[in-house]
Amino acid sequence: MNRIEDALRQEIEVDVRAASERALQRADAAGVVDVAYAHFDSPLGLLLIAATHAGLVTLAYVEDDEERILADLAHRLSPRILLLPRRLDGVRRELDEYFSGRRTRFDQPLDWSLARGFTEKVLRATARIPYGRVVSYREVATRAGNERAVRAAGRALGSNRLPIVVPCHRVVRTGGALGGYTGGLAKKEFLLDLEGAPSP
Amino acid sequence: MHPPFQQVLDDHAGDVLRFLTAICGRLEAEDCFQETMVAALRAYPDLTDSSNLRAWLLTIAHRKAIDAARRRARAPVPVAAVPDRAAATDDAVGEVWTLVGRLPPKQKGAVFLRFAGGLPYREIGAVLDCSEPAARRSVHEGLKALREEWKP
Repeated sequence: MNRIEDALRQEIEVDVRAASERALQRADAAGVVDVAYAHFDSPLGLLLIAATHAGLVTLAYVEDDEERILADLAHRLSPRILLLPRRLDGVRRELDEYFSGRRTRFDQPLDWSLARGFTEKVLRATARIPYGRVVSYREVATRAGNERAVRAAGRALGSNRLPIVVPCHRVVRTGGALGGYTGGLAKKEFLLDLEGAPSP
Repeated sequence: MHPPFQQVLDDHAGDVLRFLTAICGRLEAEDCFQETMVAALRAYPDLTDSSNLRAWLLTIAHRKAIDAARRRARAPVPVAAVPDRAAATDDAVGEVWTLVGRLPPKQKGAVFLRFAGGLPYREIGAVLDCSEPAARRSVHEGLKALREEWKP
């Protein structure tokens, strides 16, 4: 083996991270990033938050599923999805305040495009449930326009892409049992405790 | 279906930045890298074949490097400041790459892609917009010129 060929195989040292960060800022300024995402370390574990130009579109409990979450967003929204924490500063600040008990409502704009039809109605009704209060699945179904669609309302809440911010944890069974929660009932209990909701 | 662009960036940003550093020097590489990523993002949703994203990115990067070289050639520069053509690549990339930087454009790209990138000649041709035999020739001519100057 010739020595010049060995020399040519040695890796050129470059600062990929810094260059990538600057490239992303420029891409964002050029308007070619459709979905920006970031991480948030919450008391309930790592969250992945993602926003389009319309608003916050996803908040997900990561739980080792980051790849699937991102692939799904790429498929359903746009493959131009990039790690751009700065675009989520507002959301991260509000989450911080919420988890430390200093915030009782979220003011960031939301992007509802991942919800359709009755699901969207149920989630929009859920978004209006005040901090620290609980309502029944039947009540949410009624507010969404179909009091008999209790099961459908439950499914809609189960597909909520914006838990915590769209507070599906405030929906419980008639009679006070917690009902279900994506990511486990312990999280639902934690959130209701945090908000000082009346325990069943 | 395309993977999230962040994954594409994580997988190939290093190769693209090294390629640009080798063919146009550190100073210009940074700007070309940004232009490459912006152009790639612009084209990404309409890309029909995502089976070789590395070659696709390197192809865009090569075009951006050519654009930058043209801009540099056109830009009015005070005579005293006109650098030796190698100077652009001279900023401490490494001795052998300084020599590569003095090669004609197609040869430096071909030499990098062959040795540092480990690409097959067919892909090198695709990236540099030439035939496979032409890519092979560029690598061999580049290597021949380098051997004459290389003093390890």
